[in-house]
Amino acid sequence: MNEYILIGGMMLVTFGVRYPVLALLSKVPLPEPIFRALKYVPPAVLAAIIVPKVLMPSGEELQIHISNAPLIAGTAAVLVAWRSKNLLLTIVLGMLTLWGWQWLIHNGAL
Amino acid sequence: MSAFVFAGSAQFIAAGLVAAGTSTGIIILTTLVVNLRHALYAATLAPHMKHLPQRWLAPLGFWLTDESFVVVVSRFHKKDTSAFKHWYFLGSAVFMYSNWQLCTWIGLAAGRAIPDPASWGLDFAMVVTFIGMLVPLVRSRATVISVLVAAVTALLTNQLPNQFGLIVAALLGILAGVLAESLLPEGQGKQTNE
Repeated sequence: MNEYILIGGMMLVTFGVRYPVLALLSKVPLPEPIFRALKYVPPAVLAAIIVPKVLMPSGEELQIHISNAPLIAGTAAVLVAWRSKNLLLTIVLGMLTLWGWQWLIHNGAL
Repeated sequence: MSAFVFAGSAQFIAAGLVAAGTSTGIIILTTLVVNLRHALYAATLAPHMKHLPQRWLAPLGFWLTDESFVVVVSRFHKKDTSAFKHWYFLGSAVFMYSNWQLCTWIGLAAGRAIPDPASWGLDFAMVVTFIGMLVPLVRSRATVISVLVAAVTALLTNQLPNQFGLIVAALLGILAGVLAESLLPEGQGKQTNE
């Protein structure tokens, strides 16, 4: 029973922040300053999600050292994305770097 | 959950909270906060979708995620005047949704078969995906400043409960970008990575 309430509630709030904005703002024109600000939404939100997961994988303190596999893999992904602009290649090489680095750590190479 | 909610990052976080025995109300509230960024995505796309009737907007709203936003916004920003860009949105969304359902079932089966699925680091796939989406967006000095402010704020507020720091960091990053754009002299910014 509780699962149904949970999933129903999550569904409502998820749809509730997407659709009404889409419906209202497609009828009323958006003021120019707000439109300019919206350009910065995707980069700011993505950076805010990514950076802590890479620099603070345990969620508590900065881990800037080579035995932080997410940091190494994240850096590799940034370089691949910057050079190639290819999303799929970035994902594949990023994950391979993560697994490779974890393997090295696990086997005592680092 | 994948069928009705369709919000990857919120589902990851909700799964963690369920495992920790958090109450239903708190999990729903957290979902709201994590998905607030989709309201901003919707506001970005809305001006391009003025001509569409409600029967289009409701399903596209349900299927609006980070990934569909990034592919769709770049399609809408292309200079051609095609009247059928919303079909591009629908196509990408339906494909992503179907794939999400399929992979959830694979995950359910594999999760029972593999002893410690979390140790595979598959959740990191979301991070590298977002990196691949973020880097091409960074094209002006104002965007660099926006990204740096959001990143530093996210690190400083990472201890706040329920992902609240994410919202604070995003808002400060947006503010910094707007300020930088109006204060910095015009001109092509240098390309920079994170």
